[in-house]
Amino acid sequence: MSDNKEFFSRRTLLKSMMAAPIMASGVMGSRQVMAAKPATSEINTTGLAVDDDTVKVGILHSLTGTMAISETGSVEAETLAIEQINAMGGILGRKIEIIKEDGASDWPTFAQRTRKLLREDNVAAIMGCWTSASRKAVLPVLEKENGLLYYPTFYEGLEQSPNVFYTGQEATQQILASLDWLWEEKGARTFYLVGSDYIWPRTTMKIARIHIEKVLGGKVVGEDYAPLGHTSFGSMINRIRLRRPDAIYGAVVGGSNVAFFRQLNAAGLNGNRQLLLSLATTEDEVLGIGGENVEGCYSAMKYFQSIENDNNEEFVKAFKERWGEDSVIGDVTQAAYLGPWLWKMAVEKAGSFDVEKVAAASPGLEFKKAPEGYVKVHKNHHLWSKTRIGKWRKDGQADVVYESPELIEPNPFPEGYQ
Amino acid sequence: MDYSMQDLMAIFAMQGFAGLSFFSVLLLMALGLAIIFGQMRVINMAHGEFMVIGAYTTYVVSEVMGGWGSWGAEYYILFAIPLAFLVAFLVGMVVEVLMIRHLYHRPLDTLLATWGLALIMQQVFRSVFGAREVSPSTPSWLDGAWTPTPMIYIPLNGLFIMGLTLVVTLGVVWLMYRSRWGLRVRSTMASREMSAAVGINTRWVDRLTFALGCGVAGIAGAAFTMISSTGPTSGTLYIVDTFLVVVFGGAGSISGTVVSAFLIAQGQSILEFFLGSSMAKVLTLLVIIGILMLRPEGLFKSKVRR
Repeated sequence: MSDNKEFFSRRTLLKSMMAAPIMASGVMGSRQVMAAKPATSEINTTGLAVDDDTVKVGILHSLTGTMAISETGSVEAETLAIEQINAMGGILGRKIEIIKEDGASDWPTFAQRTRKLLREDNVAAIMGCWTSASRKAVLPVLEKENGLLYYPTFYEGLEQSPNVFYTGQEATQQILASLDWLWEEKGARTFYLVGSDYIWPRTTMKIARIHIEKVLGGKVVGEDYAPLGHTSFGSMINRIRLRRPDAIYGAVVGGSNVAFFRQLNAAGLNGNRQLLLSLATTEDEVLGIGGENVEGCYSAMKYFQSIENDNNEEFVKAFKERWGEDSVIGDVTQAAYLGPWLWKMAVEKAGSFDVEKVAAASPGLEFKKAPEGYVKVHKNHHLWSKTRIGKWRKDGQADVVYESPELIEPNPFPEGYQ
Repeated sequence: MDYSMQDLMAIFAMQGFAGLSFFSVLLLMALGLAIIFGQMRVINMAHGEFMVIGAYTTYVVSEVMGGWGSWGAEYYILFAIPLAFLVAFLVGMVVEVLMIRHLYHRPLDTLLATWGLALIMQQVFRSVFGAREVSPSTPSWLDGAWTPTPMIYIPLNGLFIMGLTLVVTLGVVWLMYRSRWGLRVRSTMASREMSAAVGINTRWVDRLTFALGCGVAGIAGAAFTMISSTGPTSGTLYIVDTFLVVVFGGAGSISGTVVSAFLIAQGQSILEFFLGSSMAKVLTLLVIIGILMLRPEGLFKSKVRR
């Protein structure tokens, strides 16, 4: 019985909807046509979870385990963006329904949850993953089931899937501009590369080394990796002192960050005495490290909470209202916030939720309301974005001391850097 | 590059200190487990989580006392350490009553049960303190470095941890080998029936020993807030090193634990200086595996008959 009732209501709704655009276009022109609600059968031809009122979207991050520390901000940002989109009336007249899954900091679990989201829930898009390892685990499932993923983290590049949009920076967008800046503005000629021991820092440093040695003509005087979670940096710091680099170029992640900066500080290599630029230190990490320990050090990111523009002011205000006055917003959190918005724009441009059409409609999209400023989707599925360099203050916020004049083109397969 | 003799001496001195500082960190981590695993043969996989209890206690104390003005922010650590001990001690006692005492005769089951306990505790930390890492700000008198010469920097928090480790180690040694209570513990572990027959309340001995080990872990956690941040899963980072030190040293001997912590720390930090951290870790582990193959009981065999 209830089926019948639903059927009728759906049919009458359909009728009225089909009638609406005709009337509107006759009277008021094409703008109103866009605002009207298109029929479900037209905008969803591949069996996605889209009905007349809702569309399902998955959020897949680690809510538990080691990575929960970093991924919480992304979940918060994505949720906020979706709530804002819903408040504006949703996408093509459909409200977004969130299905939240926990990747539990375990890569096979990410793959399995993705399969569940795509096969059982038929979600139209997934906002998720954080580490490269989790993205690599999810990738084969996405491509087989033809899902769509918006991935927020800055990462090592060397990847371009038709089923993924990368809203963070790929390696060259972070590295090249920041090295050039160290070279030109700070006069750094010798560099010491330091990172945690896994794929992102190693790939990053490989690119950095080539840029320093081949392009700039500088010298790398040392390269060191510490196991994830390492907390005794005494020996490494002594090595650094022995080589006396002009600049330390760092990609130490997670809890090690705290130990690294505190011990550097205690060894007299603080921001005032030693030039240090980190690729993995955002407002989130500084919260744990303590502002007094990073004061004077630099980070290269595309976003800092302190950047000044109207979009960002609005975003920070909304974020704090939703998630608490004490919350801080790091680079990845902002990139995660872009995901739902870019997806909304692509769906509206395509006039369809179908994954292929959304992906095809995405290149060239311009998002002017991004907190980081204007961004544009490249045909390689990455974003054009600026590189910014922030100098950390004692209060855990950064002063932006450099901003690349133009948007930097994403280049996930940099020639000559591999 | 050109190095003066002075530069090299300075690096040498600081490298020596880095090794000693790592030694005191390892020893502080392992002492609690040396009591629990070494004396009681309980494989406590939740040992890291007891450290985290200490660390969060320190964080809470620093938040509360930080609100009392600069005096509180400067000296909270002196109150946090005993409190961290107390909280971890009490939690340890509760755990012993509810879980461990039922498993004394099934060592492999304690491994599973305490591992489950570790997961539960991690989730509790996450629910109470959130997933983000926290880190109390270091008091200014522990921040920075002692510079005997312009070239040499000795971190003050490292010195503090060394001092603390010394005090805790001496305390534990005194308790286990010089006090009446330690005598009872050792006799209970040697022969439970005989000890009970001469009037020792072996149940309470077990309970207090386990709780003491947990309390010492709490102290370690409190100290680590000065060098690293604390998150719900920080404990998992400590547990491997901790077991390594205790097993390598030979369970059942506190002096074995001290010697093993010293060897591992010095070996690793010297290798680190020449080869980098990852390679140093690999080599250290290889050497330890090699030695354990030759001496399965660890460096120091316990002389107690079992």
